[in-house]
Amino acid sequence: MGRSQRADPAGLAGSARALTQQRPLGDRIFQALALAAGLLVLAILVLIAVATTSQSTSWFSHEGITGIFTTTWDPAHNKFGVLTFLYGTVVTAVIAVILSVPVSVAIALLLTEVLSYRWARPIVYVIDLLAVVPSVVWGLWGLIVFAPWAQRTIYAPVAGAVKGVPILGNLFGPGTGGVVSGPSFFTAGVILAFMITPIVTSLSREVIATVPVIDREGAYALGATRWEMIRGVVFPHSQGGIVGAVLLGLGRAMGETIAAALVIGSIPAITSHLFSTGYNMPAVIVNQFGESSGVFRSALLGIGVLLFVLTIIVNLIARGIVARSMARQRGA
Amino acid sequence: MATAVTKQQQVDLREPRSWRSAKSRIMTVLMVIAFVVVIIPLGFVLYTVVSKGASAITGRFLTGDIPFNVAPVTVGGIWPAIVGTLLITALCTVIAVPIGILAAIYVNEYGGNRLLTRIIRFMADVMTGVPSIIMGLFIFSIWVIHFGFSGLAGALALGCLMLPIVIRSTEEMLKLVPDVLREASYALGASKARVTATVVLPAAMSGITSGVLLAVARVSGETAPLVFTILGGTTTPNYNVFTGANNALSMLIFQNAESPYTGAQGRAWGAALTLIVIALITLVVARLVTSRVARLSQ
Repeated sequence: MGRSQRADPAGLAGSARALTQQRPLGDRIFQALALAAGLLVLAILVLIAVATTSQSTSWFSHEGITGIFTTTWDPAHNKFGVLTFLYGTVVTAVIAVILSVPVSVAIALLLTEVLSYRWARPIVYVIDLLAVVPSVVWGLWGLIVFAPWAQRTIYAPVAGAVKGVPILGNLFGPGTGGVVSGPSFFTAGVILAFMITPIVTSLSREVIATVPVIDREGAYALGATRWEMIRGVVFPHSQGGIVGAVLLGLGRAMGETIAAALVIGSIPAITSHLFSTGYNMPAVIVNQFGESSGVFRSALLGIGVLLFVLTIIVNLIARGIVARSMARQRGA
Repeated sequence: MATAVTKQQQVDLREPRSWRSAKSRIMTVLMVIAFVVVIIPLGFVLYTVVSKGASAITGRFLTGDIPFNVAPVTVGGIWPAIVGTLLITALCTVIAVPIGILAAIYVNEYGGNRLLTRIIRFMADVMTGVPSIIMGLFIFSIWVIHFGFSGLAGALALGCLMLPIVIRSTEEMLKLVPDVLREASYALGASKARVTATVVLPAAMSGITSGVLLAVARVSGETAPLVFTILGGTTTPNYNVFTGANNALSMLIFQNAESPYTGAQGRAWGAALTLIVIALITLVVARLVTSRVARLSQ
């Protein structure tokens, strides 16, 4: 679409061909440089995969596929199974998404459907501010301020209340030894939720903004209230895009390192009790890398490779969904 | 008389108060509550950082060397970490921004709608989702193993993180430059490179600058890529970014956060405030530049 509108002397047919061959050297060099810069993105992505994988081969050959997917992580005895950390990554990311998505979508609706531009703008600034607070500051606050407070005022009473209740007791009851911990799966999930809220909000807002005005007006003209219009028009139109935004948030939450490393408790465990300490993939890499060597280090790099593959898959699916739903909106 | 007429005309056409409109109102209130739920913790974080950080910060704190963890917060300071953060962020900007702008120029000016262009654009989007820790591991594997820890390695890792953000924001800005400008320059016989360098880029410059500053603000607080590339833990400033381990504010906070000593924790809070102030200054400058763009384009 942009191609025919754009004045591109090199792209003209017929008599302009002579011009193409006469393009000055400087122009061609500039184009080559620009192309090289663009290709660098692809090169970096390929290099990441190749370089980190080649550093982790000794882990793969030491453990084999069956050894990698076990729960035993014992560097002293050369046992490097990744399942515990995979479990922690999935659990914390899912908690983060469950907490963050309703809030993010609600804020996006507030910004697009309720408030005028004048009031929406300062709110966008505030949400952006969330993204500027560095991950390590969230971690520091989570560890020193939030975790002890949450343990006293939320986790302990809740755990006491649901103790023995079938499903709730398994999730929110006291963990092994009858204790609840400040740094825990749940604390990590909460902190991650704050960190992914800006991106989920801004993507949802972009998607919701593509809903055709005429459809909204049609719904209002039929006498729909604002909420009925949102349910009847906005949600069906932007469903795909919002799913994509959620997946992108999930990818962010899985890879977020420093905040998780500080508040997850850093004790490997597979348990359904969300208020007990755990460990996840990025946290174990960053915490144990300094003291590692040989197969140990290779295993940590290998966990990095798994994390890379996981987040790339999630991102590819998410971006695909977002791109497709945006294209459909434009086509409609 | 006049009042009677207006009274007659004021027929209330609104839906009588019903469950439907009440439900709509409840949902609106819930949306506002969602926003409040987000700003309360944000306010708490900022309040804690400012109150705990401000009590630590003095002139000597900002300019002193980093002492042992047991030392109280009144002894020494965080200057080596400030130096590291500023130098590494600057170096990473110098590396990533020109490449990012060039790549954006390829995608928007030269690429057309070719498959390769669409792949590059899509992959730049995907690359923004690659966790920052992976960039650190990547630079560790291809650089640190051979050349050792250095500020440059940290800048390369941060650069990988910054590159896709710069590409996407620059591309958005280049898209906004009207084609009329390009066509007028071509009509004067200018080559494409010349048009891009002397017409398109200057027209989009303030938008690009604001995008770059936002990327700088995001990257300056990153920790995970630095753990594997600059090592941290140095107690005296290392002004040479090309050799030797370096330190950074984010690294100092991370290493001090789990320390049991109040002095070390105090230094972490002071460093956190310094880091947020640096990021905020960058953000405010970016907003000023953007609002100038908005005014100019009106």
